[in-house]
Amino acid sequence: MKHDPDISVKLGRLSLKNPLVLASGVMGTSPELLHRVALSGAGAVTAKSCGPTLRTGHPNPVMVAWEHGLLNAIGLTNPGVDDEVKLLMDAKQRLNPLNVPLIASIFAGSAEEFGEVASIVAEAEPDLVEVNISCPNVHDDFGLPFAADAKSAAAVTRAVKQKIGGIPIAVKLAPNVPDIGRIAKSVVDAGSDVITAINTMPGMVIDVDAAQPVLHNRSGGLSGPALKPIAVRCVAEIAQFVDVPIIGTGGVLTGRDAAEMMMAGATAVGVGSALWYRGPDAIKLIKAELQDFLRENGYKSVCEIFRKAL
Amino acid sequence: MGGKFEARKVTAISKINPVTSWIRFDGDIYAQPGQFVMVWLPKIGEKPFSIAELNPLGLLVVDVGPFSHALQALQVGDSLWVKGPLGQGFSITGERLLLVGGGYGSAPLLALAKKARAQNITVDVCLGARSEAGLLLSDAFLELGCQVSYATEDGSLGWHGLVTDIVEQKIQAIAYDLLCACGPTGLLSALSNICKTHRLDNQLSWEAHMRCGMGLCGSCLVSQNIDELLPVGWLACYDGPVFYQKFRD
Ligand SMILES: Cc1cc2nc3c(=O)[nH]c(=O)nc-3n(C[C@H](O)[C@H](O)[C@H](O)COP(=O)(O)OP(=O)(O)OC[C@H]3O[C@@H](n4cnc5c(N)ncnc54)[C@H](O)[C@@H]3O)c2cc1C
Ligand SMILES: Cc1cc2nc3c(=O)[nH]c(=O)nc-3n(C[C@H](O)[C@H](O)[C@H](O)COP(=O)(O)O)c2cc1C
Ligand code: FES
Repeated sequence: MKHDPDISVKLGRLSLKNPLVLASGVMGTSPELLHRVALSGAGAVTAKSCGPTLRTGHPNPVMVAWEHGLLNAIGLTNPGVDDEVKLLMDAKQRLNPLNVPLIASIFAGSAEEFGEVASIVAEAEPDLVEVNISCPNVHDDFGLPFAADAKSAAAVTRAVKQKIGGIPIAVKLAPNVPDIGRIAKSVVDAGSDVITAINTMPGMVIDVDAAQPVLHNRSGGLSGPALKPIAVRCVAEIAQFVDVPIIGTGGVLTGRDAAEMMMAGATAVGVGSALWYRGPDAIKLIKAELQDFLRENGYKSVCEIFRKAL
Repeated sequence: MGGKFEARKVTAISKINPVTSWIRFDGDIYAQPGQFVMVWLPKIGEKPFSIAELNPLGLLVVDVGPFSHALQALQVGDSLWVKGPLGQGFSITGERLLLVGGGYGSAPLLALAKKARAQNITVDVCLGARSEAGLLLSDAFLELGCQVSYATEDGSLGWHGLVTDIVEQKIQAIAYDLLCACGPTGLLSALSNICKTHRLDNQLSWEAHMRCGMGLCGSCLVSQNIDELLPVGWLACYDGPVFYQKFRD
């Protein structure tokens, strides 16, 4: 009998049992749900993004499936960072015995406000803090995402870095920018320890019988299978520009998809929409398939496929 | 399972009491009793409704606020949009069922009763409400050949008190194989305890605030604080709304 391939990875200072990371905003809204996904075998789990104050989010409909993906405009529903800290502490207690790192996620309306949210979220001592500068669904409240501009992306990164008390950070980038490699470089130069790429792509689905956009917010963020080639290209591009680890996220549904993302230069792989396509245990299935892929192709460790297609 | 919206035309709409309508649509829906649909009215909103009839699709709508009000104002020939069937419904086991409904909880139980009666299974129904007007669909259960008992808090029909009282009496008198229920959280918690005491297999349909209806947004989590028998991180829209509790092999 052959040995199982080693699928553990190092994400900067963090040790992950496997590269699969629950993406922010998908089932990560409560300690119980983060616990459940950790039990399904995730290498790490990311909580839903939280901001300075409570947001109820957009009215329904907030999500729809279409032929090649999902479209959502949840609208950054969250209890506000003060309450989120308590949830993160509860989540940490549940995850520690399972040896699954907790990633917090934050957003805000200005660089200064990002710093304030960062200093509060740090109280929960998450293992990593993701900095969501790329949500496409809150234009009316926050204007253009910071991820669209290298200078403002760097300013947010510096503000968070100053206030986060030594916890490593991962700035999360948007796909719909002219030069994602340059933006990645500017946030890494400003102190981002890890890059998460990508967030959803803005999109719209109109029901022609109703002659109306389906989502109440009209437009939303596109995720799932249609996003994968876009994400793979972004990750490959970023991997040419920076040396920090990348959490490659977008459209990963299978073990082979995860392998593809790693061959493009991702150290870890974010999994979100797959929990709809394959159910809440998607990560368990993807992990087994990744192991099968490695074994069948004679790889002894997942590290051997890292950057292999670059 | 469908995450897309599909247009459906209203073929019939009738008031069954001053605040409750029965709406029938063109076409069947392939679903288990207990599954639900997200109903979208463009520019108005989107809310979850139990599938009350499978062929053709029928919904029972109680007017409690703006969306359900708008649904009741629809006319024959109007369209609305449904996403689904969603979630996990009831699954019939055994020869003798006890169904317990509170409020619109009658809706999924009617679809279940119809399926069970088609298999010649004996179905007893207990309906509870504040007063007689809130007891929904009792004629429809009677037409299917179910035995129906009532409890009203004001004593206007049947037992004067809670529906859980008559459920206790029935369980003590009759050996049921399965209890299925849909209604407010308080009723379900009480039924969960009664079933635990009597070691009666049960399938309870839980309510929760639904947004995506697709198991992703986390809004419909039913916490273990509400029923410790639920597994960690249980989502009403995906794992439920029906939760199965088995005591017997
Ligand atoms: C799985 C499921 C099946 C349901 N089946 C039926 C049914 O067959 N018939 C029926 O009349 N009603 C049903 N409901 C409840 C129905 O969704 C609400 O009554 C309706 O959404 C109220 O909307 P509104 O705008 O009219 O009132 P609102 O003013 O929005 O609310 C009135 C009440 O409805 C509840 N409610 C509102 N939105 C939701 C939501 N998204 N999810 C759950 N509860 C909500 C609130 O707690 C409140 O108590 C079901 C709910 C769920 C979760
Ligand atoms: C329902 C839903 C909610 C999301 N919420 C957030 C969020 O709060 N913060 C964030 O950074 N990304 C959020 N995302 C984006 C995901 O984290 C991920 O970047 C994107 O969906 C692409 O991955 P996927 O194709 O595997 O879903 C959300 C995605 C979905 C589908
Ligand atoms: S309603 Fe979104 S997870 Fe259930």
